[in-house]
Formats: sequence, C-alpha cells, structure tokens
Amino acid sequence: MADLSVTFAGIRSPNPFWLASGPPTNTAYQAHRAFEAGWGGIVWKTIGEPTPNVASRYSALRLGNKRMVGFNNIELISDRSPETNFRELKEVKERWPDRVLIASLMTDTREHWHDLIRRGEDAGVDGFELNFGCPHGMCERGMGSAVGQNPDVAEKITSWVMEVASKPVIVKLTPNITDITQAARAAKRGGANAISLINTIRSITQVNLDNFVPEPYVDGASTHGGYCGPAVKPIALNMVQNCAQDTEFGLPISGIGGISNWRDAAEFLALGATTIQVCTAVMHHGFRIVEDMIDGLSAYLDSKSMESPRELVGRAVPSLRKWEDLNLNFKRVARIDHDTCIGCNLCHIACEDGAHQCIDLLDPETTEIGYGPGRLMGKSVPVVREEDCVGCNLCSLVCPVDGCVSMVEIPSKAAPMSWSQYQSRLSKCDIEPIPAHP
Amino acid sequence: MEEIHSPLNDQAALAESQRCLYCYDAPCIHACPTGIDVPTFIKKIAAGEVASAAKTILTANILGASCARVCPTEVLCEGACVLGHEYEPIQIGRLQRHATDFVAAHGISVLKMPAEKSGFRVAIIGGGPAGLGCAAELAQLGHHAVIFEKEPNAGGLNTRGVAYYKMKPRVSLDEVRLVESLGVEIRTGVNVGEDLTGEELHSVYDAVFVAIGLGSESHLGIPSETGPGVRSALDFIRDIHEMPLEEVAIGKSVLVIGGGNTAIDAVNQAKRLGAPSATLAYRRKEVDMSAYTFEVALARAAECRMVFEAKPVEVVRDVDGNLAGVKFIHSSSGQEWIEPCDQLLLAIGQPKQDSLLKKLFPALEIDAQGCVITDPLTGRTSLPKIFSGGDCANGGKEVVNAVGDGKKAAMEIHRMLTGKPATPTKQSSRQGITRPPSGAGLWNPVRPPNH
Repeated sequence: MADLSVTFAGIRSPNPFWLASGPPTNTAYQAHRAFEAGWGGIVWKTIGEPTPNVASRYSALRLGNKRMVGFNNIELISDRSPETNFRELKEVKERWPDRVLIASLMTDTREHWHDLIRRGEDAGVDGFELNFGCPHGMCERGMGSAVGQNPDVAEKITSWVMEVASKPVIVKLTPNITDITQAARAAKRGGANAISLINTIRSITQVNLDNFVPEPYVDGASTHGGYCGPAVKPIALNMVQNCAQDTEFGLPISGIGGISNWRDAAEFLALGATTIQVCTAVMHHGFRIVEDMIDGLSAYLDSKSMESPRELVGRAVPSLRKWEDLNLNFKRVARIDHDTCIGCNLCHIACEDGAHQCIDLLDPETTEIGYGPGRLMGKSVPVVREEDCVGCNLCSLVCPVDGCVSMVEIPSKAAPMSWSQYQSRLSKCDIEPIPAHP
Repeated sequence: MEEIHSPLNDQAALAESQRCLYCYDAPCIHACPTGIDVPTFIKKIAAGEVASAAKTILTANILGASCARVCPTEVLCEGACVLGHEYEPIQIGRLQRHATDFVAAHGISVLKMPAEKSGFRVAIIGGGPAGLGCAAELAQLGHHAVIFEKEPNAGGLNTRGVAYYKMKPRVSLDEVRLVESLGVEIRTGVNVGEDLTGEELHSVYDAVFVAIGLGSESHLGIPSETGPGVRSALDFIRDIHEMPLEEVAIGKSVLVIGGGNTAIDAVNQAKRLGAPSATLAYRRKEVDMSAYTFEVALARAAECRMVFEAKPVEVVRDVDGNLAGVKFIHSSSGQEWIEPCDQLLLAIGQPKQDSLLKKLFPALEIDAQGCVITDPLTGRTSLPKIFSGGDCANGGKEVVNAVGDGKKAAMEIHRMLTGKPATPTKQSSRQGITRPPSGAGLWNPVRPPNH
C-alpha cells in the first residue's frame, strides 16, 4: 500500500489533497469538517482588509444533463476580520497538528504584508499563499490578478513578504496572462518557495436572453467573474506543465483547476504538481469527495508499483514536446469494431462534415460486415477508408461506445522524422518535399 | 381512469432528450411509417424549442399526439433506437407526447399553409387516421379536402376504439380540430353509399381517397351466440369513450374471446373498470397471439386471467335466456368445460369491407382478403382518380401506418393534379443522404425485431 504523504516546499502533508482558498475554507467550522473527511491540507480563504460582498455571487455552465461543468464567481476575499480568521486558524491548527494549514493573504503596502505575515506565524500556520490571482473585484483595487499580471510588481511584493516570513511562501498565479512561466520566474526571483496555479480565469458564463444581463445577476448588472470547475482543467494542466518544464524555474508546484477526482489529481501530479488543490468540486459535492481521491490514488499507485506520489510527480512532463519535434512519419488509422458498433453513424458524419471524408456508409450485406448489435436490417454501416484516413482521432472521440473505434498504429517503413529534421534535410537537398495533401 | 403512461414534466423531458445521441440517418426514422425526423425533434426539445419540436413532428405526422400514445413504440422507433441494445432506448413516444401536448395546451399553430390555393378538390371517404393524414397533407399542399364521415365525430378508431388507459378521446378530437384548422372540411353523419354514391363523388371531385377502415366485429357462429350479454369488444371500448365511465355496463365476470390487441385492450379495460373477474380465452397457444407481448404483460399485471387453446363451441344460457357461460373444447386434450361469465366480449377481428367497397366503386379491384389493391407507395388503385389507404387497403395495421398511407396518397394526388412531385418532409438529421438505403420510414418502414 502506497504512502500518500508528501513534502511540499518543506511542508509535510499526510496526502497531496488540499483544499484551495475559497468559500469552502472560510471558517473553522468548515476546516474541522474538511479535516474529519480526510483532507491533507487547507489553504484558508484569503485574509486581508475585510470587504463586503454582493448577492448573487456564482453562476455556472451547464452541458446537457451535467451541471456545473464550469463555474464562475465574483465573491471577493474573506469578509471576516483578520482577528477572527487568525484566531480560528490557531484553533484549527491546535486541533489538527498533523494537517497542513496555509494562510492565503492579500493586501497592499509593505507594512500591511509584514503585519499579516507576522500574525499568521503567530497563529502557527504551516505556510503562506500570496493571492496574486483573483481576476475580479480586488484587481480593480490594485491587488489580486493586477499584481500577478505584472511580473515586476509580483516579484517586488514577494520580496517584501520574504523579508519577514520564516514559513514557506507559495505564490498563487493568475492564468490571465500570456506566458505563465514569466509569472513563475518572477515569483522565484522574489524569493518564493513554491507556486500554486491556476487561479480563476476571467469569464462570462451566460447571458440571460430576456433581460440581457449576464449571470451572476446583481441588481440589473453583472461583472466579469473568475472561471473554474472541470472545464478549466485542460488550461490548468497546460500551465502547470509549462512551469514544471521550465528549467529556469524549478520550484515545487501546487496544481489547481477543475480537479474533481483522483484521476484528475494524478494527471496534475504526472505533469509536475506535488500537491493539488480543490475548490469547485467540494462546492458541488462537499468535503466527502476526498475519500474517493485517497482510495483511488492509492489503488492507482499500487497498480503501478509506486510507493509514493513522489514517483508519479512529473512523469508526463518530458513527453510534452514542441510540435516541430513530433514524428511526421508516425501513422495511425481509425478502425471500427463492427461487433460493438450500434449504428449511430456519428463517426461518419463527423468525418464527412468535420474532418477528412474517409468513413463511408456501405451496405452491410455487400461488405459482408453483417448486422451488429444495434443495426436495423438494410441499414448502412460505417467503414473507414484506411488509405485516406489521416489518423486525426475525431471518430474515436465522437463514438458513444467505449472501445468501438480504436486508433491503430500502422508500422511505418520510414524512419522517424520531425519537422525540424525535415527542414534541415530539405536545406541539404537530402529529401524530396512532402507533397501537399490533395 | 388515467392514461397509463404519465406525461414527462419539463425537466424530465429535457434530461431524456439530452440522452439522445443525435444519430446520423437514425434508425428510428427508418422505423417510423410516417418518417418523423426523431433526432431533430428531440434535439429541439433539448434546446428548449418545444414548439419547433412539435412542428417537426406534425409536419411529418399530423396525428403525432395520438401516435405518441398508441404507437407500439417498442416495435417501431424505440425498438430501433441504437441505445436499446446495451442501454435503455430513448423514450421517443413520451418525448413526442411532451412536444405535441405543449402546442395543444398553448394553442400554438405550427403548421404553415400555402397562401395560394390550387382550386383542386379531393373527396375523402372516412375520417379515421388515413383520411385525416391524407386531408392534412392535401391542405398543406394547397388543395381543398372534404372528409365524409358517417359517425358524429371524425378520428375513427382513435376516437372510439383505443383503450381509454392508453389515450383519452379528447386527444383524438383535438387532432380532428387541428386538421380542420388547416382548412379541411369535415362532413360528419354522411354515410357514403347511402346518402350519396361513390359515382357522385367521383364525378364532382378531382380525386377520391377511400379510407373506410374495417367493419365492426365478426361473429363466432356458434349456438346461442345472439342474445343478451354478448357484444363486440370494439363496441364496449366505444362505450367507454362516449359514455360517462360509471354508466358503462361491466359484468361481474367478463369473458373476452380473441387473441389480438383489441381482445387485450378489452379484458384490461374491463378489469381496470372494476370487473371482479376478467378472463381472456384464445383458441390457440399464447405464442400465437397477435397481441403485443408488452400488452399481454400489462393485462397480467392488472390480474386478468388467460386461458389458451380454448375453442368455443356453444354459448350457455339459463332458462330465462341470460348469459351463463361459454362451453369450450381444449384443442390438444379434447376436454370440454364451461367458462362461466355474465358478459361476453367478442374480439375475433374486424371483417373486411369488400361488400361496401363493391357498392361504392363496382369496378374497384379487391384482393382475395377483401382489401383494396393499391400501390403502397402511392395509394393508387385500379381506377384512375381513386386512391386508397389505411385499414381497408392494408388489412389492418397501426394508426401510424394509416397516417403514412394517407400522406403518401396525398402526395401522389398532388402529383397527378399538378404534374409536379410533392417535396417530402425535410429530414434535417439525414442531411446529405441522397438515396434512402432502406427507406426513410415513410416510403419503406423497417420493422425492428420484436424483443
């Protein structure tokens, strides 16, 4: 059985599953419930000068029968006083000494940053997270993503914090930036011990088509919110991997963005995160979801004969390359298993209208394919014209039956050749140009 | 008595519609004898466009609301659903009901009529599903259709002959009003053959569509059959539709003879309306029943009794002539017994209409079974200008087949009158399919296997 404990920037955590700073980490009451459920760590909802909030605060993207595929909020940092927050942090840490408690902070002047850090250390927290990420409200006051989007300012403020902090400091990055590694490097230059990412993405989830006010609705108006939830996972994975691959960076990463289950978490670890943080999934289903994350990750590590999540961290990072380094001679084609094909023809229409027109609808009798499980007598069957298939995956993605369309590798006689190799061979007149697709 | 399948509420309909895969060239369309573009209407429900969904349904099948209730979807669209093999098929019938009920309840008219009328007039004999289907299509093609209906209300068996727990007559009567709203003229209480002749219609109208259905119930031809207590199952069902339920005569011990869907409807209705005992007797084995297996299961669930291989030999009456039972002989053992009853309902098939047909159009060719000989793709008969469809031509099929027959005949009448082919209803979800490989439902409905 794998030992799930990890050490992140010197902070020991019984498992890599932390709660991200947000509505679920607002009070001691919630923290006790979260630790009872099994969470390894909590990043407390951002402490700063308490701010009033508006009603309403959240909106969501719904896809078919799936609710909250994406989620958006305009809630600001803690509306409770620093006194209350630090008192509760102390109380929680005393009751749960083996768990990780991080204070998320946001303020403005050097003096204010110093004050918050000192009070956090007095409360006994294990570390700090600097909120340079919130893209709504606080950025209008020169904080949050307004800091994160300006690497020089982020570096400066980080260095102020490092003047007094004795505990590890994590800088939380905003994704609302062109090159995330610039923000990561700025945090490092400022002296940070680690980064966490991504914070939310500036967004509008939906427009009410009766009153023309987007959600969330606040007295006839709305504002840009921070987007999160399952839909942002691909963006977060990309940015985590970018930082993990950046050789100039090299600090520990806490991965955040759309994590709902152990599999999502494992993907973040494989792309370079040491811990992961969850918020939206808990807002949807409660703290109890960590049970499945612990069991699932543990079973997965066992199945891979890994003794610790450390062995998983970064495993997939090197396989991400530049496009120009991918092998142009790699061939794969789609193959349809007609014994499991139910005859929906979605592969055909996707290929026909959306890709490369290489899946034909043929007569099942003349093709000797016969009738699969779901096909009506006389109804045509989709058949891939392999010589024209470019191996794009689209049909296998739209197919509703698992395993029915598989992408099969066709061994290539040609040696691997990337675009950059191709370019250099072309310049040496060592190779004929690859003909354009007809 | 409520309809057995409850309507879907908005959220349930939305959730169910979102399960639909939106197949390309979907098998449900091939299985529908009116070729409703099922994936398209379901996609519209999923997008919150319920009225537009109803438009897709009703342009293909004017009786979409009743078909949503009475179609044996298990052997039609839902039986063909690609999700039926490993999972649950989409509840197409209930979604169709959701959409058609929506426009009916809100009084939304979704069908567009051509501004220019052709001036052609078509007579339709019989206001059942085939006649209504033909009339609605003709009206939408710009022609004037006149339906001659002998009963006080049009709708045919949909109004009078469908078990009440499947569909209330209101649904059928609403559909009749929908057809009238398209400009179709319905003359009720007119008995063609008595009140006016076929020849009169033939000479006055530009075309005639014969959709007279089948006759009323056949007889057993055994001793003491005529007399109190014995009636046709269809008449019994008709009473349920036309009378207050508490006034419908229900025996204490009801016996139904027959093995088809009307027999099942009758025994089921009798039991559900409070008969302490309701028995179905069929002369052959259970596997030979023409009733749908799910209908038989429904009757069993209502605690109806069933006896098989029961060949009726005599109706038994007491000294006063009151019904006491039926004497049967068991086909394989030869054993005789008396099945006691105080109400006997006969559901042994509707007779063909050959004598009426001969009276209407003496030269019309009729097959050995007594059905009008037609080209099933066009409804053409042996006589020019005379078309036919529905039960009197197909021998007795589903409501949806009758609507399809009427629609196809209307399109052929249009072609004959104008010289231009009628464009079939667009099936968006099959866009680009130039040749219907196995029919798109309307032209060549494919019957999925009965599971």
